Amino acid sequence: MTDAEVLERANAALAKEFELEGDRMRPEADLREDLDLDSLDTVDMVVVLEQEFGIKIGKDPAIASIRTLGDIHIYLLQKKQEIEKNAG
Amino acid sequence: MHVRRVVITGMGAVSPYGKGVGLLFSLLRRGKSGISRVNAPEGLTVPRIAGVVPDVGAESIPRKIRRSMSPLSVYAYLAGCEALEQAAVPPGVVSGDRFGIALGSTLGSPESLESFFRQYIASASMEQIKSMLFFRIMSHSAAANLAQALGVSGRVVSPSAACASGCQAIGLGYEAVAFGRQDYMLCGGTDEFHPLVQGTFDLLTAASSGYNDMPESAPRPFDANRDGVVCSEGAGLLLLESLDSAHARGAPVLAEVLGFSSLSDSGSIAEPSSASLAACMRLALKDAGVQPREIAYINAHATATELGDIAESRAIAGLFGTEVPVSSLKGHIGHTMAASGSLETIASVKMLGEGIIIPTKNLESPDERCAGIRLPRIPVDLPGRIIVKNSFALGGINCSLVLGGPQ
Repeated sequence: MTDAEVLERANAALAKEFELEGDRMRPEADLREDLDLDSLDTVDMVVVLEQEFGIKIGKDPAIASIRTLGDIHIYLLQKKQEIEKNAG
Repeated sequence: MHVRRVVITGMGAVSPYGKGVGLLFSLLRRGKSGISRVNAPEGLTVPRIAGVVPDVGAESIPRKIRRSMSPLSVYAYLAGCEALEQAAVPPGVVSGDRFGIALGSTLGSPESLESFFRQYIASASMEQIKSMLFFRIMSHSAAANLAQALGVSGRVVSPSAACASGCQAIGLGYEAVAFGRQDYMLCGGTDEFHPLVQGTFDLLTAASSGYNDMPESAPRPFDANRDGVVCSEGAGLLLLESLDSAHARGAPVLAEVLGFSSLSDSGSIAEPSSASLAACMRLALKDAGVQPREIAYINAHATATELGDIAESRAIAGLFGTEVPVSSLKGHIGHTMAASGSLETIASVKMLGEGIIIPTKNLESPDERCAGIRLPRIPVDLPGRIIVKNSFALGGINCSLVLGGPQ
């Protein structure tokens, strides 16, 4: 899976879960201010991403510092790198 | 003690017919059935018919309000909004601490409960459970969701008394307003269809299964050929306030809640006794300060079970004699469970307003053991302005309301 595909799938999964129009899924979008997501949505965001990518996020402390959609992208790409590194 | 007269100034319904009190009453009057064939799990339950709510546009509810709602909360919210719109309460009232809610369901969402245990048992883990699932499962899910959605800050109570929940909620709302604890109470019951409930009636040999190929012919309250309950879903909500409040703000009064009773029949958890049903109606009349001869109509609980129909008929005959007209609306829309008491109260209020009695649908040959009461087979004029509404539940929880038509 390419990095672009990761971001595309993440955006699609989150847009579906939280009923967000595609044009709002910009990297700079603030989860709370721009996408109107709250702490309960963050809990579900983790579940959605785990299911979408078959990864384990759980209560990863890194999630607490995520503010924007771009932060999610960075987190997922780091996760991808870790998985690829461990596999290699 | 501060006792005030309590009136109904708004009503909202979601029924197997769809959304709205107008639709409910017009199709009841036309004798239309709300029962259809459903895809019950093969082999799990014998009944194959139910009164399910058609698409009511749940997606129109904003996501943040809807995300913690199962269908039973969606129905309650839509019905609640309709009741508030009709009552046209002044701005700020709903969010003030003098506005409360009494809303019950048989269970929290059984569909969500099933979803939880499917995931939990399969994975032996909570990790894939989403945050909103519990808010749909909790017993007061509908009441809590409605309060959150409307911004209510007064008292919120959630009576769960199975098929008597809606009637009991109206009674609790009536008492809250009568005693000055709240100025407004949005009251009623709601439920969503699930095989758990239908299957339970089936294993109790109380569910209809002989009309699977003729859904509109069941249920058949009071009929010799009845074969049990047809499970349905929906919500009915009524706005109660004091008569003085309604007069002060010029709100049209739809009906008055004159009396209420709720008694337990501890003789059996599933078999009603005539004596306990009669005691419940008698207490409601006493609360209302009226005599049996003043009652113009009884909207029966009558679900089309042999035990229930006969016990209720005998209780009515013993207390009111043979001349008071009696009908059950479950022949039209089935048994909407926790919603039945409030949906049928709404229809009864409409009957009071229009001066007409809707007869029992599918009643063709009255069971002679129910024949000691007057069971109209065609619409008849309502011969007065005070009526009784009964709701009797599994668990032995019985409730009766006495309602008066607008002056």
